[in-house]
Amino acid sequence: MSSTMTGAAAPAAGVEAGPALEIRGLSKTFPIGGLFSRKAVRALHDVDLSLGRGEIVALVGESGSGKSTLARCVARLEKPSAGEILLDGVDVLKRDRFQASREYRSQLQMVFQDPFGSLNPAHRIEHFLRRSLAIHGKAGTAAAAQARLEELMATVGLQPDMLNSYPHELSGGQRQRVAIARALAVEPQVILADEPTSMLDVSVRIGILNLMRKLRDEQGISMLYITHDLASARYLADRTAVMFAGELVEEGESLDLLANPAHPYTQLLVSAVPDPARAGSYDPVRRAELRAAVMSPASCAFDGDPEQPCSAEHPVRHRVGAPENRHWVRCHLYRPAAGSAGHALAEAKVS
Amino acid sequence: MTVSQVSFGTHEAVLEVKDLTVKYVGDTRSTTAVDRVSFSIGTGEIFGLAGESGCGKSTIANSLMRLLKHPARISGGSIRFGGKDVLAMSPEELRRFRWQDVAMVFQSAMNSLNPVLTIGEQITDIYTTHAGYSRKESLRRAGELLELVRINPVRLKSYPHQLSGGMRQRAVIAMAVALKPSLLILDEPTTALDVVVQQEIMAQIKELQHELGFSVLFITHDMSLMVELSHRMAVMYGGRIVETAKAADIHTNPQHPYTQALMGAFPPLTGPRVPLTGLPDGVKFRNIPDLAEVSPGHYVAPFGAELLETGALEGATR
Repeated sequence: MSSTMTGAAAPAAGVEAGPALEIRGLSKTFPIGGLFSRKAVRALHDVDLSLGRGEIVALVGESGSGKSTLARCVARLEKPSAGEILLDGVDVLKRDRFQASREYRSQLQMVFQDPFGSLNPAHRIEHFLRRSLAIHGKAGTAAAAQARLEELMATVGLQPDMLNSYPHELSGGQRQRVAIARALAVEPQVILADEPTSMLDVSVRIGILNLMRKLRDEQGISMLYITHDLASARYLADRTAVMFAGELVEEGESLDLLANPAHPYTQLLVSAVPDPARAGSYDPVRRAELRAAVMSPASCAFDGDPEQPCSAEHPVRHRVGAPENRHWVRCHLYRPAAGSAGHALAEAKVS
Repeated sequence: MTVSQVSFGTHEAVLEVKDLTVKYVGDTRSTTAVDRVSFSIGTGEIFGLAGESGCGKSTIANSLMRLLKHPARISGGSIRFGGKDVLAMSPEELRRFRWQDVAMVFQSAMNSLNPVLTIGEQITDIYTTHAGYSRKESLRRAGELLELVRINPVRLKSYPHQLSGGMRQRAVIAMAVALKPSLLILDEPTTALDVVVQQEIMAQIKELQHELGFSVLFITHDMSLMVELSHRMAVMYGGRIVETAKAADIHTNPQHPYTQALMGAFPPLTGPRVPLTGLPDGVKFRNIPDLAEVSPGHYVAPFGAELLETGALEGATR
């Protein structure tokens, strides 16, 4: 997609200067119905997202918005229908056509939502970390491996003697730390975290977010943080991108985006987050207006402007506020694919 | 010192729980899930019970309705509802008590609707069984009930799978208030729902409460949501209440370190980014003492270094 926004995507001078991960025009459709059915549901449509080096980007949206599909595509658990995924400037979908290569896995690691399901209960913690090292050829001598294991445990804030524990002996927060240590073992450049805190007890969630920030600060790891929780996105991420009905509708510096949401859908999301500090929390009239705005077809102010052509087929990213906020909104008069938008919002439909 | 004297405002308490203790009894050992918990809920009051999974908040809800099954056993304390002793009720009294006096919306209640009956059949069932209305009268009232939660009465003919998650949840809430109970128990009513729908459901509950005047026991782990909705709240930890006060007081001035950790787990949406700290992994509070009043209406369990346990592995249950 052509972006008319200036000052956002810095031109890649060399590989080192470019973003760590870049997603271009990623689309995914799932066939529905029987064997001969031609129906398809559009889970992702033309998603562009870049993740700078040492940057934390949050991807927020409601369930069904397509954020997990995006995560699954980037993790190569799902084959995208179209688009490119560039890691270090190399299109990995072309390089490893059918499944992720070991090289890809050593550059990009995942942390999943459920630390109760992602650790095999039959093995000690040591096993998970040692296996990561061995598979990616980072084990070295026995002594070096042992030192590395203890270093990893210390990095994620766990006692080294916990290496001999089984997962059931650990709390949810501790298990998630083990999952993060396992990802770190291969020294990845990018960590993809899909709702890493939503299964944890609330009092330890912030500790995991703080750990993720620490890893970024100390080791320069880039992170894509996928969540439905806007408050935690604001807390952790440098930039936040909002996904709605399979498309990115707005993106910007987290603080700026949440303070000045431009897209009605973002406004809807922000206004719905419980916030004790906010007065006059719920206004049904305003809510109905926002819903209507998200759904309404209209023409854009830039229609007919040859400099900034904007239309339903080729919506433009308009800049919001100062350029340094890197805040844009997908033309908010444009409906993101009427069908899927209606499906995502309309109460009357089956969820 | 118990907190049962602490009632919101001057009105009479609908529900009074005193020193409630619930144990899960096993062959070799038993666990105390709820330990000497006392609280009261006034007429028209929304009382929040906050805490994490496993702290005993759902066990309290189930004991109020006398729904506990073996191996859970109420081993001490009393529950009084409008002057009646709930723990001494006969099966027939209980049958009337449930739904007519106290109704409950369970966690992911939207999945508790019967998939092979229409919404209308399920609502009219309440009226024919509990109120003895005729089928025609019941159907008319069922339509009114759906209108109350802003669902078009034509939906009476719909099956649960034809409604969205939010609509199903609203239908369940409508069913809970069908017989105009004086207390509604909401156990994590919006956990499975998206944030936009969640806010609409909560607004709906507030509106219904305003209209029908029932009291609410609201159970959740989402502190922001709870502070926004409740008048007064209690924070539970390991089967005990560690702090209880007006919701606004807990929001602005949480005293117990656990309450502070819970509040800190929900970053604010405005203002500068400030580093927050949660409860460190493995930290546990042991032998939580009875509550003491720190300011009018604000009760906190005393805490100190000697009651903290930082053993990383020992005692970790999950």
